[in-house]
Amino acid sequence: MNIWKYLIKRILLMALVLFGVACIVFFIAHVIPADPVGAILGGNAPPEKIDKLRAQLGYDRPLIEQFFSFLKGAVVGDFGVSIKTNNPVMTDIGIYFPATIELALVAIIISIVLGVFLGILSAVHRNKMVDNFSRVFSILGVSMPVFWIGLILILIFYYKLDWLPGGGRINFFLDPPQRITGMYLFDSLFTGNWEVFRDALLHILLPAFVLGYNSTASIARITRSSMLEVLGQEYIRTAKAKGLKKRLVIYRHALRNALIPTITIIGLVFGGLLEGAVLTETVFSWPGLGRYITAGLLSLDYPAVMGGTIYIAFIYSLANLAVDFLYALLDPRMRT
Amino acid sequence: MTVANEKTALGFFEKNKPYIDDLKHTVFLFRKSKLTMVGFVLIVIFLLVAFLGPLFLPYDPIAQNFAVRLQPPSQEHLFGTDQFGRDIFSRVIQGSRMALWIIFLVSAISGLLGTTVGIIAGYFGGLIDDIIMRITDMFLAFPSLVLAMAFAAMMGPNFTNTIIAISLVNWTTYARLARAEAMKVKEQPYIEAIRSVGAGTGRILFLHVLPMCISPVIVQLTLRMGTIILTAAGLGFLGLGVQPPTPEWGAMVSDGRNFLVDQWWISTFPGFAIVFVVLGFNLLGDGIRDMLDPRLRR
Repeated sequence: MNIWKYLIKRILLMALVLFGVACIVFFIAHVIPADPVGAILGGNAPPEKIDKLRAQLGYDRPLIEQFFSFLKGAVVGDFGVSIKTNNPVMTDIGIYFPATIELALVAIIISIVLGVFLGILSAVHRNKMVDNFSRVFSILGVSMPVFWIGLILILIFYYKLDWLPGGGRINFFLDPPQRITGMYLFDSLFTGNWEVFRDALLHILLPAFVLGYNSTASIARITRSSMLEVLGQEYIRTAKAKGLKKRLVIYRHALRNALIPTITIIGLVFGGLLEGAVLTETVFSWPGLGRYITAGLLSLDYPAVMGGTIYIAFIYSLANLAVDFLYALLDPRMRT
Repeated sequence: MTVANEKTALGFFEKNKPYIDDLKHTVFLFRKSKLTMVGFVLIVIFLLVAFLGPLFLPYDPIAQNFAVRLQPPSQEHLFGTDQFGRDIFSRVIQGSRMALWIIFLVSAISGLLGTTVGIIAGYFGGLIDDIIMRITDMFLAFPSLVLAMAFAAMMGPNFTNTIIAISLVNWTTYARLARAEAMKVKEQPYIEAIRSVGAGTGRILFLHVLPMCISPVIVQLTLRMGTIILTAAGLGFLGLGVQPPTPEWGAMVSDGRNFLVDQWWISTFPGFAIVFVVLGFNLLGDGIRDMLDPRLRR
């Protein structure tokens, strides 16, 4: 199949899935709680106040009509106005999302570097100390709750050692950099504001490591096993027999082929990152989209929850699409 | 009589020799892998604690006693006490039963739902299959914790709804597995034979297709038990899961957040309990996966 045809087919499929996502979210927000307005105002609110809010939010209309106006809005990114912040939800997302994506980017960079490095080390020194250490490190990474590691690391690195800041994106007394992308690291870099860059970097290290730990573990495991497989192949023996340096054999010959499964897993862990971001942001008071949704859920801010959830599903699907597309580009067998 | 018995007994072992050898080999592999054994031991301890622990609690896990609030770990309070003077050791022990219930109920509900939906999709194929598969796609389009959070928050956070929410985000995995197996099974001649004898669809599905699809689902269920605990603990931590004062590990970690500096034990010990159990399930699951992988088996 032609690669462009494949892409178009996948985009259409994604549109269908997103329609379903909108249905699920609408169902969660409007059908499960019998009375969203009652849930917002509490049980003892005066009836006229309830009626007013109901009309204001459009909940007095028939459900099916609400659904269509919700869909119409969702298509153009209009999810209504957040009850709590009084901003359009899309504006809020524009404010909060860059923080999340910045965190996720740094986390994935840390986990790729650390994970691939540990994986290679493990495979080359199979069953030695290094291997055992890295396997224990990996298995702990997928076994420890993100929020708990976060708290423990804050306790150690902030309260006890005072090496790193304990939360937030930037020191309270510093002004955030001029807004270009919304990501403090890039913005301060572009404007040449080194003091802010350094501070923002220190702030992001701990949360990004915590968020990336789980992915580091998965990446290290996959790299280890695919590296072991490749190292056992004949062309590696040939390369060694030719008298090539060990380093050259490992990094030039073996690593290239071993990295293909790693690329797939990087796509897969992205979803895990978005999920972990919800918890990491809560622990580190990181003002991102995950915290926005959690706060919305706890205060029953329906438009914020619906908009934020759909947006996350959209980004998640987009990431999956990108991975599949990259894969199809690399491997023609996948284009079905 | 005795002779006949001996004969059948002998016959049984001879007939099933390959299977018994296979089983022996599995046990051998199991015992050879140290990490799998460690996982096994951790899970046995967890089960023992969850079943028997609550019978021997030193203190009532819910009763508040302000005379002893925020006590550090000591002889009387092994893991210290929290801001309400509750004994954390008792709460952690009691929490194990909560964790076990969550694992058991979520696995049962999502496994049953997923398998049923999956074999229906795989067996009938065509439009039904398409529709069901697109529905699983929609569920998979969310990061699972986000979807579980939304379900739990809107239904009202409590124990029952935690179970429902986690089950709702988990069933798709099993549905896909069961579907793939059902598609293989339905091509088999024996299904054709049963159908030609006049068996009804329900009978074929549940008596002849289902048993063939169940084993990969069960393996996957054991592999995902660690994840289930982590999701439940995450929900509890965010305040969207089991509600206090019920002892649930995630919520207990969250309880200690404000006391982290001087009363580190409140958050730390429930967290250790989570790590202990999830680590056990992960090690055991890894071992099981390796044992069932024919490439690694011999």
